[in-house]
Amino acid sequence: MTENMITLTIDSETVQVPKGTTVLKAAEKLGIHIPRLCYHPKLSLEGACRICVVQVEGFSSFLTACSHEVWEGMNVQTNSPEIRQARRDIVELLLDNHPMDCQTCDRDGICELQKQAYRLGVRERLFEGKRKRFPIDDASESVVRTPEKCILCGRCIRVCKEVQGVHNLSQHGRGFETVVGPANLGKMDDSACIQCGQCINVCPTAAFLEKDHTERVWQALALPRDVKHIVVQPAPSIRAAIGECFGMPIGTPVTGKLITALRRLGFDAVFDTNFGADLTIIEEANEFLRRMSGDGPLPLLTSCSPGWVSFLEKFYPEMIPFTSTCKSPMSMLSTLSKTHYAEKKGLRPDQVYMVAIMPCVAKKFEAARPEHAMEDGTPYTDAVLTTRELAWMIKSYGIDFQNLPDGEFDRPLGISSGAADIFGATGGVMEAALRTAAVKLTGDELGPLVFEDVRGVTGLKEATVNVAGKEINIAVSNGLTNAKTILEAVKSGGKQYHLIEIMACPGGCVAGGGQPYPPFDMDVLDPQLPKLRAKALYQIDHDKQLRRSHENPAIAHLYAEFLGEPNGEKAHALLHTHYHARMPRGIK
Amino acid sequence: MANQVADFFERLKARAHAALADSGDANRIKIQIGSATCEHAAGSLEALDEFQKHIQASGRDDIIIHQTGCTGRCSKEPIVGITVPGKMPVKYERVDRALVHKIFSSHIQKGQPLAEHALDGSLDDVAELEFIFCYGRRCTTGQTLKHAFDRKLKEANLPAGRVKTSHVRCFGACSDETEGKCTHVLVNPHQVFYRIACEQDLDDMLEMHARNGEVVERLRAPEKPITQDFYQTYGDIHFFNHQNRIAMRNSGIVDPESLEEYIRFGGFQALGTVLGKNDPEWVINEVLKARLRGRGGGGFLTGKKWQMAHQQPEKTRYLICNGDEGDPGAFMDRGMLESDPFNIVEGMIIAAFAIGAQHGFYYIRAEYPLAIKRIQKALDACRAAGLLGKNIMDSGWDFDLEIRLGAGAFVCGEETALIRSIEGKRGQPKVRPPYPVVRGLWGKPTCINNVETFANISAIINYGGEWFANQGTSESGGTKVFALAGNVKETGLVEVPLGTPLSKVVFNIGGGVKDDKALKAIQTGGPAGGFIPASQADMEVDFGPLAKAGSIMGSGGMIVLSEDDCMVDLSKFYLSFTQEESCGKCTPCREGTTRMLEILEKITSGRAEMGDLDKLERLARLCQQTALCGLGRAAPNPILSSLKGFKDEFVEHIVDKKCKAKKCVALIRYQIDPETCIGCTVCARNCPVECISGQRKTAHVIDQERCVKCGQCFEVCRFDAVERV
Repeated sequence: MTENMITLTIDSETVQVPKGTTVLKAAEKLGIHIPRLCYHPKLSLEGACRICVVQVEGFSSFLTACSHEVWEGMNVQTNSPEIRQARRDIVELLLDNHPMDCQTCDRDGICELQKQAYRLGVRERLFEGKRKRFPIDDASESVVRTPEKCILCGRCIRVCKEVQGVHNLSQHGRGFETVVGPANLGKMDDSACIQCGQCINVCPTAAFLEKDHTERVWQALALPRDVKHIVVQPAPSIRAAIGECFGMPIGTPVTGKLITALRRLGFDAVFDTNFGADLTIIEEANEFLRRMSGDGPLPLLTSCSPGWVSFLEKFYPEMIPFTSTCKSPMSMLSTLSKTHYAEKKGLRPDQVYMVAIMPCVAKKFEAARPEHAMEDGTPYTDAVLTTRELAWMIKSYGIDFQNLPDGEFDRPLGISSGAADIFGATGGVMEAALRTAAVKLTGDELGPLVFEDVRGVTGLKEATVNVAGKEINIAVSNGLTNAKTILEAVKSGGKQYHLIEIMACPGGCVAGGGQPYPPFDMDVLDPQLPKLRAKALYQIDHDKQLRRSHENPAIAHLYAEFLGEPNGEKAHALLHTHYHARMPRGIK
Repeated sequence: MANQVADFFERLKARAHAALADSGDANRIKIQIGSATCEHAAGSLEALDEFQKHIQASGRDDIIIHQTGCTGRCSKEPIVGITVPGKMPVKYERVDRALVHKIFSSHIQKGQPLAEHALDGSLDDVAELEFIFCYGRRCTTGQTLKHAFDRKLKEANLPAGRVKTSHVRCFGACSDETEGKCTHVLVNPHQVFYRIACEQDLDDMLEMHARNGEVVERLRAPEKPITQDFYQTYGDIHFFNHQNRIAMRNSGIVDPESLEEYIRFGGFQALGTVLGKNDPEWVINEVLKARLRGRGGGGFLTGKKWQMAHQQPEKTRYLICNGDEGDPGAFMDRGMLESDPFNIVEGMIIAAFAIGAQHGFYYIRAEYPLAIKRIQKALDACRAAGLLGKNIMDSGWDFDLEIRLGAGAFVCGEETALIRSIEGKRGQPKVRPPYPVVRGLWGKPTCINNVETFANISAIINYGGEWFANQGTSESGGTKVFALAGNVKETGLVEVPLGTPLSKVVFNIGGGVKDDKALKAIQTGGPAGGFIPASQADMEVDFGPLAKAGSIMGSGGMIVLSEDDCMVDLSKFYLSFTQEESCGKCTPCREGTTRMLEILEKITSGRAEMGDLDKLERLARLCQQTALCGLGRAAPNPILSSLKGFKDEFVEHIVDKKCKAKKCVALIRYQIDPETCIGCTVCARNCPVECISGQRKTAHVIDQERCVKCGQCFEVCRFDAVERV
């Protein structure tokens, strides 16, 4: 063991670390945080920003702490005057080629570049000169690319390639004119982008942001009530994360406060996407059972994650027949709001204005899909706000979120089971489906509730569940690189899978592309983040009376009153969708 | 195995010699024409065409055309050599169609060479015999013996035009055994190579050979020196005599498209030796002994690199030849690839054997079509001859090579960027370590060497590592090829032993500064190199001293600067290149070079303040210390070295707003001296912005407000009335 340990000195302190440790990690062991911008522990090494440079005895030039492994007797200085000046100058060089519109920037106060400039002491500008000029690309429904704010750290490129397997982004041009964008510097909407928004999450600045829907929501909320009836639905993951934006610890469940905040903002009805989730389970479980009985291809692939659906259509169109035709919970609830709910309220469908609060930016794209629109072309979902956008609206309105009293969802579209809450975590859809499927297959109303095998933030989980004497092979993946692995396994035909849950974002919806930026001492892809948020969801589930989707009385009532049979004709018309191959221009 | 390889090589050699003998060319008049990109550009193809027409028209079948590569004598191209059997070849310079006609009718038809067109005036002083003494570092008695021989010749009263003497920088014939004891003499055109030690030897050489034309057998050197072939052809050219041709020994004498000719000049003997011995460690050891340093600029010991690659646990290994020569003004790699491609191929095969690579790549920039064509032809010929592919030379060992083209980004000359380019990715450097020898192409151990490095390998194997080491300094063995350019009289590719003083290259080979102006500095290493001030011109050229002086060896650019050059302007020129070519990956290089260029632009346009100099230096140091790759770290070298040696000039630009060299347009002004101006109106008629006014026969005036400082008036004035101040 000891021969695998290295002893070195960092800032006159001796530290022992395992062989292969980088200087950056060794310094962390001593409690020294070496500044970094391009470095990301979950992504490959870039070594581009150079602000993590340190002085090492015996070397005339500085070494990057992120890339150099320690060696025996190494003597490192992390804060000599020379190093401090070099880091300061590097950050200034980045600022010199940056719009410097911090006060009007979406990430003011939560920007890593701004933070580094402050920490490293850039108090005057010595080298200012010309600045790169590139147009903003806001053609995509979900992601806005502002290349002038890009500092070329390459995190977006790496997350898109290494975590999501999409390879949509790369650098173009060279030198001072280098710019990150999709192939041939086309527009994002015309690229391989699957709108997952992970580029937004890892971006240290505002070079990638979600498409803003707050303005249209403010405007809708200002309309007279006889013109529009404004309905809102927050997704499960929102309640587990939005508290972070108001200084609450990660993983604090805030369902009640969230509801009150939404009411204060002026929404007429506050429904719960969870209701849609329960409904999805009914439809999907029925679809699954039908296919299990020999009527259709297996495995069944879930379809709640719009980033995954986009990935399916762009990269695996041959897998479309396997994918559940169920709309996502958001879309189901939106559809019901503008049909059943409107009818009962005596409103025309177009009088209802549906705002969805999602942890996801791909939902903005999903909402705009024609498959999710009424016959006249108006979308069922009118606006999709990310968690970040909603948090900003609450702050902007002046609502003291932390001290809000708890509110309750409106009925009937606000009633849900615990199975719906866990939709936000990777494996949650699977667990919810298994809870219902187990009951349906065994007829035993007290079937299993907790499926430990599918919990946890691991990227790819596989299990065999024995239900009513049937072996069901399941797989759960998050992060699309893992989806690729499982899809390739399905295609190669080695093992028969029955049900596969796929979520686009690493860690599931709780770590979606629209979720709050993590605090500065935590990296975006840190598995701790989805773990803590998911823990909140499992807690909510645990504390609920209703734990299975089919036990939701409002759902049963809905079928009886409006939809008819699960998977029936009406249900199919309203709650199901279809997919088609979508290739970026030029690719057949 | 040794026998099989030896047999293979003997058969190969026999076939090559037979093929050459069958052609019967030895007894014909040979017209040698340089054929390389530079020669073509200078017009060698037209000369070739004209010669072909003349031969056809004359109906003579005793004349052949022999195309060779390029010797590197750039300013005198196209070069044509005429060899009449038994006579010293005559080389002509700047041969155009008209001169071809003269050469053909006078020299070839009538046997009367044209002295006025001979290369470097080599026919101004001809003799039947030329005795060329070696002045090499180890032939310490060379100079004394030559002087003694000259004295004896004078006393001997030989007929005029019988004998002349000269010397070369080094034949490379020395060994420990001969050091300090004797010297070497090549006698042209008899192609006899002597090793002489004492007065008696001189007397014999004089009496027997000089007077009677008999070869003194007892004085013949035991081995043919590496450069003999070259100096048999070019021994009378001053430009080459101060060089030492090892890497470029065949350039300009061998037909680059003929495997047979390469074999005649000793080709593939080294590979035969290596495969016969079948011991990679022996090869690595020889290269280590040779102290061969990477000629791409970094100067890492080649043997060490090979050793590291050889020791990797991973057995799939790659070899890459870096032919992505991107420095402006550098063309030594192109020269060698075009002029002696088989030598590079042989060097690569040997390297592959040493490191245990199964596959190799030539990475050549796409802008070198002729080099690519010739390397491809060489690879095809080697494959057909059993020198590449399966079971090389019957040794049972397999290795193959293919060409990959570089798309022209300067940064792809950096090894990690080059690897990514071969992998089909964006050509950008990666953080090191891990170094390519550990994890390179497709994650496998990869050895990358420069073209010139490979060009030296066969010589090291044939003549031994120690011999090679002795050609250079105690730090680095062998020679280095430089691209000599700038304000120097003679430009071209020059190969000199490492350790040669810079001034000798400039003055002895280059003939001194153009227009005999004062030498200001020598810039080495291309755009990432630095300026060596004239006061340090005696510096020995080697990796260490250059780095110490703030420059680099780089790939070997050497630009001579005179008092006509402005250091600020030159720094700006080089930096604008690196700024333009920065890949954009790391902050200090991408942003820093842009800011430094902005400051330099401020200085050259007279808008700078003294504080800008500190900022410039601060950014330059930042880039040097924190950039990701070697290119970025070296990018500020021109600035740092000019600030070190020529800070006064910067201050002059900033404080006095003056450019002494008159290069910085914003700081100069054109005016007309009313005393000298005769009012001829030529300047006014040539001014593109019509800002010169004045009546005929009266002094003209330039409107400074509208003047764009193009300098047209200055150029066209026949009375020197336009002044540049």
